[in-house]
Amino acid sequence: MYPDYMLESIKKVEKTRNKRLELAKKFGKQVYEPMTEKERGDILNTYHPDYKDDALKEVHLGPNKGEKIINEVVDVLESYPRNLSQTFDLSQPDYETDVLIIGAGSAGLSAAIEASNKNVETMIITKLRLGDSNSMMAQGGIQAADQPDDSPVLHYLDVMGGGHFDNKPELAEALVMDAPKTIRWLEKNGVMFDKYEDGRMMVKSGGGTCRNRMHSTRDYTGAGICRVLRDEVQNRPDKVKFLEYCAATEIILDEKGQTAGAIVYHLELKKYFVVKAKSVIIATGGFGRLHVRGFETTNHYGATADGLVMAYRAGANLLYMDSVQYHPTGAVFPEQIVGFLCTEKIRGLGAQPVNKDGELFVFPLEPRDIEASAFIRECENDMGVTTPSGLKGIWLDSPLIESLSGPGTIEKNLPAMLRQYHRFDIDIRKYPMLVYPTLHYQNGGIEINAKAETRVPGLFVAGESSGGVHGRNRLMGNSQLDVVVFGRRAGKFAAEKILDGIQIGKMMLEHIDKYAKEVKELGIDEKRISPILLPDYIPTHVKAKQLTTTYHGTLF
Amino acid sequence: MAEEKRKMVKVYISGELFEVPEGSTIVTAMEYAGFQLKRGVGCREGYCGACATVYREKGDYKLKGGLACQTVVTDGMALTQIPFVPAEKPTYDLDKLSPDVSTFMELFPSVFRCVACNTCTKACPQDIQVMDYVQALIRGDIAKAADLSFDCIRCGLCALRCPAEIVQYNNATLARRLYGKYLSRKSPELEKRLKEISEGKFDQEMDKLKKMGRKELSETYYKREIKIS
Repeated sequence: MYPDYMLESIKKVEKTRNKRLELAKKFGKQVYEPMTEKERGDILNTYHPDYKDDALKEVHLGPNKGEKIINEVVDVLESYPRNLSQTFDLSQPDYETDVLIIGAGSAGLSAAIEASNKNVETMIITKLRLGDSNSMMAQGGIQAADQPDDSPVLHYLDVMGGGHFDNKPELAEALVMDAPKTIRWLEKNGVMFDKYEDGRMMVKSGGGTCRNRMHSTRDYTGAGICRVLRDEVQNRPDKVKFLEYCAATEIILDEKGQTAGAIVYHLELKKYFVVKAKSVIIATGGFGRLHVRGFETTNHYGATADGLVMAYRAGANLLYMDSVQYHPTGAVFPEQIVGFLCTEKIRGLGAQPVNKDGELFVFPLEPRDIEASAFIRECENDMGVTTPSGLKGIWLDSPLIESLSGPGTIEKNLPAMLRQYHRFDIDIRKYPMLVYPTLHYQNGGIEINAKAETRVPGLFVAGESSGGVHGRNRLMGNSQLDVVVFGRRAGKFAAEKILDGIQIGKMMLEHIDKYAKEVKELGIDEKRISPILLPDYIPTHVKAKQLTTTYHGTLF
Repeated sequence: MAEEKRKMVKVYISGELFEVPEGSTIVTAMEYAGFQLKRGVGCREGYCGACATVYREKGDYKLKGGLACQTVVTDGMALTQIPFVPAEKPTYDLDKLSPDVSTFMELFPSVFRCVACNTCTKACPQDIQVMDYVQALIRGDIAKAADLSFDCIRCGLCALRCPAEIVQYNNATLARRLYGKYLSRKSPELEKRLKEISEGKFDQEMDKLKKMGRKELSETYYKREIKIS
């Protein structure tokens, strides 16, 4: 429960609630004037963490050499590989497959289903359990323009505008045009979308959408999709081989520079093995656990940018690695759930962000970067509430939802939220939630085309690890769409290419040797190794006495 | 350091005594003690079900269950991790199943062994009425089972505690998939839109937008009508 001094501020929120309720009844979602193009530019420049002078630094090697990208990403790129030609034997592959998929979130699982549909040998490896991923944690929804007053064209405009027009048009087009058939495909596989009795989809708005097109499976949308895909993959033991607790550490190429497989590390057996493959699909997700600028994150334990590092060393270029998505509404109280995602659907249902005095200060459904910047502005101007552990936040007035739509709305639409706060004795039907932006999404990533191909032959990327689909800012509900659309595309096109005939030559790691040499020339500390595989949360005073005292990144 | 000021509690991790900061969850308590977690950890936010575990609290005979990332440690707590839940998972082709009780008789005959003891419901960290959905399945009420089991994160605690050795959560997954595919009514609007897309209705307009320069596209974007409710 909230301490007394926070309850004092909540009283002010309650005082203004009726006035704000009237506004909502009169103007719908438009309770506050949305920002103009100029206002958006100004607030981003002043308050968004990406726009701070020291947010970026130059990367000194690889395909993006000379570009300024996020500090923490430069650090994992400018690190030593684990495996080199001299110390690693590639001559006896432990596994051979047609398609190797790295990562088992919804992108990897979708790819596995489509590749195996084409009857090519498919193998999926994941460093945790099948399905354990950011996909599983997505809450709010998945966008698709299937309503009569909507169209894929409007969806396209929203995607491009949200991404500051930096998106690759062919990718944005693939995303929105595939969206309706993606919904149907998911439903055919047994995903239970929220619907009215007559079968019509219940759709909501999200930040930066001009129509209601957010489909959901309560507030477990990611789980609703991912657990179905996982079950489907598990139904195909004769077609899809899967290995858990196995992390890929490098992509193997052949003498012509084609993708030839991957080196895989078994986290429990502490053993490396070699997988020979005709195509590799990277579906490893994003970088939340790099804790960019020290931010808390909504991300899964495994979100450590492994795919970025491997693809980069293999020669694939990155796009927009100068931008990070901070989700406006991460929990800052209670302490046990700091960083926890409070879904955008809460605002979609009518909850308003208000400051310590209970005053509205922003249109509740701006695109995420704008909304997050407005929250930061409010806190920097001392209009936020400080928690006992010193974090700042603003109120998300959830009780307004039931004032607007009646009792029971929260339990029906936000069961995960209600449960999460209830575990810590806070009833979000009666009390608002204290929130602050939290590190949520890697907007950019490895550049792909509409077939999910990178510029390295045979290397595909799907989902959050790819770059270009969302430009420099993703809208709510487009990542769940992205992972399935591009996961399926990657699986399908990788399989088709194999069926057309691919000859893999000699498996080699020369690109890694060369990369390691360049890292050494930069004078990097030899203990800095990547991909880091898992984050390290062991406190310094304990770590100081452990065997791997000076090792950067994970213990393994 | 702020760390030193924090009040500490004593916990027994797999039998060994450690002092960890008050307010830690089972996951963060183990990390504080020096364990780097692989199994039994996942999203750390209560969504993935990877960290189901059992524990005992000081002075209480009960073996409690919960998600390690959501359970706050208490002084004297005895805790551990469960690395894996072995579970029966038949394979099936969803296209060839019928959404009724016969499917469960064939694929999950164990579900009919339910003795209605309610242990599963008590074990569920999501507060799902597990026994009720199992009973619904036995009655052939797929829709009810799908609805009641909706918030399942497949942590496996129900199956671990069940004296009848049922794997509730795999039954529930199948029930929801059957409901989504066969029992929920189809959206006529979605079908219409799919037809429009296949007929190329939006192609011309899309091409026009794709060819627009940044400035023109930006103007079109800011001029678009916002109709949300």
